[in-house]
Amino acid sequence: MSDGQARVHPYIPNSIPAVRAAMLEAVGAASVEDFYADVPASIRLGRRLDLPTPLRSEVELVRHVEGLLDRNRSTREMLSFLGAGCYPHHVPAVCDEVNGRGEFLTAYAGDPYEDHGRFQALFEYESMMAELLEMDVVNVPVYDGFQANATALRMAGRITGRLRALVPATISRDKRSKIVDYVAPDLRVDDVALDPATGLLDLEALRAALADDRAAPGSDVAAVLVENPTYLGAVETQGPEIVRLAHEAGAIAVVSVDPSTLGVLAPPAAWGADIACGDIQPLGMHQQFGGGHAGFIASHDDPRVVMEYPSRLFGIAPTAVEGEYGFGDVAYERTSFAVREEGKEWVGTAAALWGITAGVYLALMGPQGMRELGETMMARTRYAMTRLAAIPGVRVPFADQHHVKEFVVDLAGSGRTVAEVSAALVERGIFFGADVRHELPGLGAPALVCVTEIHTKADIDRLAVELEAVLR
Amino acid sequence: MSASGGHGAGGSTPAAGPGLPVGPKPMPRRFHQARWDEPIVFELSVPGARGVLPPETEPAVADIVGDPAAALPPGIRRETPPALPELSQVHVLRHYDRLSQETLGVDLNIDVGQGTCTMKYSPKVNDQLVRSHRLADLHPLQDPSTIQGILEIMWRLERMLAEISGMDRVSLQTGAGSAAIWANVSMIRAYHAARGDGALRDEVITTIFSHPSNAACAKTAGYRVITLYPDADGYPDLGALRAAVSERTAALLITNPEDTGIFNPRIEEFVRVVHHVGGLASYDQANANGILGITRARDAGFDLCHFNLHKTFSTPHACGGPAAGACGVTDAIAPFLPRPTVETDGTRYWLDDDRPASIGKVRPWYGVAPNLVRAYAWIMSLGADGLRSVAETAVLNNNYLMAKVLEIRGASAPYAAGKRRIEQVRYSWDELARDTGVHTEEIGARVVDFGAHYWMSHHPYVVPEPMTLEPTESYSREDLDEHVAILRTVAAEAYADPDHVHGAPYASTVHRIDQETLDDPERWAVTWRAYRRKYPIAGGAATGPSAGSPAGG
Repeated sequence: MSDGQARVHPYIPNSIPAVRAAMLEAVGAASVEDFYADVPASIRLGRRLDLPTPLRSEVELVRHVEGLLDRNRSTREMLSFLGAGCYPHHVPAVCDEVNGRGEFLTAYAGDPYEDHGRFQALFEYESMMAELLEMDVVNVPVYDGFQANATALRMAGRITGRLRALVPATISRDKRSKIVDYVAPDLRVDDVALDPATGLLDLEALRAALADDRAAPGSDVAAVLVENPTYLGAVETQGPEIVRLAHEAGAIAVVSVDPSTLGVLAPPAAWGADIACGDIQPLGMHQQFGGGHAGFIASHDDPRVVMEYPSRLFGIAPTAVEGEYGFGDVAYERTSFAVREEGKEWVGTAAALWGITAGVYLALMGPQGMRELGETMMARTRYAMTRLAAIPGVRVPFADQHHVKEFVVDLAGSGRTVAEVSAALVERGIFFGADVRHELPGLGAPALVCVTEIHTKADIDRLAVELEAVLR
Repeated sequence: MSASGGHGAGGSTPAAGPGLPVGPKPMPRRFHQARWDEPIVFELSVPGARGVLPPETEPAVADIVGDPAAALPPGIRRETPPALPELSQVHVLRHYDRLSQETLGVDLNIDVGQGTCTMKYSPKVNDQLVRSHRLADLHPLQDPSTIQGILEIMWRLERMLAEISGMDRVSLQTGAGSAAIWANVSMIRAYHAARGDGALRDEVITTIFSHPSNAACAKTAGYRVITLYPDADGYPDLGALRAAVSERTAALLITNPEDTGIFNPRIEEFVRVVHHVGGLASYDQANANGILGITRARDAGFDLCHFNLHKTFSTPHACGGPAAGACGVTDAIAPFLPRPTVETDGTRYWLDDDRPASIGKVRPWYGVAPNLVRAYAWIMSLGADGLRSVAETAVLNNNYLMAKVLEIRGASAPYAAGKRRIEQVRYSWDELARDTGVHTEEIGARVVDFGAHYWMSHHPYVVPEPMTLEPTESYSREDLDEHVAILRTVAAEAYADPDHVHGAPYASTVHRIDQETLDDPERWAVTWRAYRRKYPIAGGAATGPSAGSPAGG
């Protein structure tokens, strides 16, 4: 070794000194230094990296890392009502079993001949999402729902050649930030206000925004983004009308949807969406401190649209042998892998294993499971809305709307901030809802409470009791 | 054991037929990929079967709220359940376990064939660590007092990567290498905009042997892309760079060593030339595995860099992600980092979201946390000397492999003849292709028959008939010898019986795939739904594409 302390490391087979010496001899090198002849002295580090002392044994490593992780308290130890884009759903055991398989976990970018199973699993993921969405084209996952939203808007920009994207003012501040940064060279992002009575999109504001720059014939709006449910949890029942208005102006309707709701909500395609997108974390991925996200983009099988996807699209193909399914990349020439900057945006390693996992989830759930999931979430969410609305100082501002798994409560009447209440509830073993004052500046102390199939009546009752106690 | 008492030939020579003792294993090995002939999951559907049951609403809840789903307005309510397959749980598991067996991960093969990808061993202990509910079941918006452990790990990992790169701050937010390139380009854009010359600086320079995402991200961010080609020795052309830079130059995005495995010895000069015109220099460190502890981005003057944690720092490749990227920057660029950053006073850790100059969010939350923990654990298991050993062994393995590969008839390593390489080599089968008519893609299909991966190269094929091998530190001398034996065998077949190679693969899950279907809008099918529409089943057998143009749109 460089420091003269040769040490055989379990992860480095050829760290055995005798093997190393024999290999150097085999290639006629005096030392590994020969291989670095092109690295000039002026940029050599010339010292040992200043890193912590390594933990040589596996047991020491485990104790150290577990010791750090033990400083966390998980949503298994606490009762959590946090959602806001990262959702606490049950993860079926088979999902973890499949994505823990070494073959899937450690494969990468092989051709269909080495990795037929990977291609088929991802084709099946696309196919099951396609049934959920009732669309014929779904991509291999991108990084997350934010990326899927941003790319869907840029696709619309390229298809229409127009310059503006309209997004609801209620999308999360973080998602808006991603979209604005990503679409910048192609599209200006304009917000469309919410109707303060419903929390849904203000249709008059949408009409005005669509007409805004209509000096020239036709609108300059490339895309209208619809969220369903909205970031604030309400079902956007005006979806069909929003899509109609977008189409009337020649714009593309991009609908961001939570796929876990599609057992009870009609797929956006049923009410005219051109592009659907969103995040599949709810479909079998643990929360992982935000590490379980993956994004989908879906559309009809229109070549004008398909050729604008930057992502990989795995398709089915015949092989030389009758009766075999083969797979491969559809229209690869549109990607940056094929033609660098002449491709559509860019593509790279993203979140394929979560796609495979979501496929496992949908295969396990089936049509009945997805429907029951949606029904249970809606019932328990409504129950939670009813319970919390009865607490003095708590208001549920959009209670008249339909909600699937999230809703807003306003604590303004209690005179307390969301941060104060959340901190007090942590002491009682509860993670309260996300603070959404950035998205709802019109309310005093709004929090977004998430209730899914994992929350029992008893859990909700406990939240109500503790919240009331904290506000008393 | 002696065979003297056995059948057939005497002495210690094994019998010609089956029997003990078994003879030595042949090289390359007799391999056959798993071939389950597995139907598409929809074909396994049995109406009424259930794979997992969600909880039911409690009667006491239903009594109060009724059935809110039924109250959804028509048109918004889903009337027809999604046409998902219906399977019992064991059948889902069996189906996916079979598909996994038809997938060749690093755990199974000597994965030196996927060059540029740094296919190293991902330690199992790190996979176990991230299954802890104290990571898997953490929500990103939890009270800071309940996430001190993960924040400390992120802080420590940032500091370690800062030391390894020489940079001041490191963001761990991006989901992989291309996203990290995007974040760096976005920071470059924000930096110039903040200085008032964002509109003027509309060009980004990169090299053809840097990852395509450098060019593609720059273009997506609105830049005109200038691509430098190698000079006669295979080094990026300094003269071409000097000719390309101007007051319009926003940045240079460059890999070093490039995908040829050749280290650019004039890299400081490249950075100086770009700095001289006011541009920034961003270092794509996808190929860092051979230079850990040897040289650093900062030492060559770079302003930004990125690592792929799923390459250099061992997190599993996961069929193509989730991965993780790390963006390192100097203090001058740090204000533009994605928000939030992890901060500490030495005791407590917190997320700083109040960063007004930030480019904002590149992804939700703070990064692919499980892979950050894995990368942290990996570095902690190696330390400074271990990382140096990783680099030196990866480079030794590569030069050993190169010496062996170049002994194979028909193989060559263009550029820098007679020189050493860093961690990978872009080879060429040009001579073999001209001699035999067998092309690199066909060699790849045949290599599969011996249980190995093969990767040609990123496009365009500047090196004709390319093959890129990167042996990392994870493979033994015997592993490398086996991979060479596979390549030697296939090359010999190409000379002796080219038709045999043309017909490969023979021992894969499937046989030669008709790619043309995938490029024809009339015939392609990205989903089962589209397949069933375009190829309706008649009398139990699929027919060709139905007449007329595809529906939809």
